[in-house]
Amino acid sequence: MVPIEYYVGLSAVLFIIGAMGVLTRRNAIIIFMSIELMLNSANLLFVAFARMYESLGGQIFVFFVMTVAAAEVAVGLALIVAVFRTKDTINIDEASTLKG
Amino acid sequence: MDANLIVFIVMAVVAIGSALGMLLNRNAIYSALFLILNFATVAVFYIILGAPFIAMTQVTVYAGAIMVLFLFVIMLLGAEELTGITTKFDWQRPAAVVLALLMLAELVVVIFFRDTVFGELMQLTDFGTPENIGRVLFNDYLLPFEITAILLLAAMVGAIVIARRVRRKPGQ
Repeated sequence: MVPIEYYVGLSAVLFIIGAMGVLTRRNAIIIFMSIELMLNSANLLFVAFARMYESLGGQIFVFFVMTVAAAEVAVGLALIVAVFRTKDTINIDEASTLKG
Repeated sequence: MDANLIVFIVMAVVAIGSALGMLLNRNAIYSALFLILNFATVAVFYIILGAPFIAMTQVTVYAGAIMVLFLFVIMLLGAEELTGITTKFDWQRPAAVVLALLMLAELVVVIFFRDTVFGELMQLTDFGTPENIGRVLFNDYLLPFEITAILLLAAMVGAIVIARRVRRKPGQ
């Protein structure tokens, strides 16, 4: 197996790219996809450590993370569709009616 | 050079490149396709880490269901934001033929010459097989499993309610 530090580094880089996407993009769907990228990087690290410690618990947890991510995507996209119906845009800068 | 290391470096470059492609693209559909490529490379990582069941679950659930849902919503909301006129790509058809032939060559090597080329990578253990995952999942992690079933039901009901069109009764 490749040294675990390589997997930690790769997971960190993917997580940072996802975080940059959440912070800098204005399209709500791109933000959502960046969140999925962050979840994926955490999954990769779980599986890498599961292999290192020869424990299946890491893989089971990845299974649950995927389930929760699927549920979250369903609800989140329904929310985006509902917001689009009222405001006719998915630019998050324009979702500021509650601003002081 | 260890074969594992070569695969890791190639796949890491593709994973980071596709993540950056998703981040920096103007067109939301191209971003979604780059993310599908990223999920596929992560599935390859799962395979070389001895998690074949999780790899197939990743391809089926993430790349097959979640990203398809994303693409549906992107096209439903018209979020492509295409800037400029679309030009005709003349190089696409020959490139597609070349790539298809390359893939065919790869498949022939994998199916017929597996032992000579991939001897070191194909260490088939029974670490992450569906049988072992099932045994641990339904014995040690049964309670989280049942809770995620309820969670999925709640998410389904929530998504249907949130995305529902509210009909107004006539005369109100």
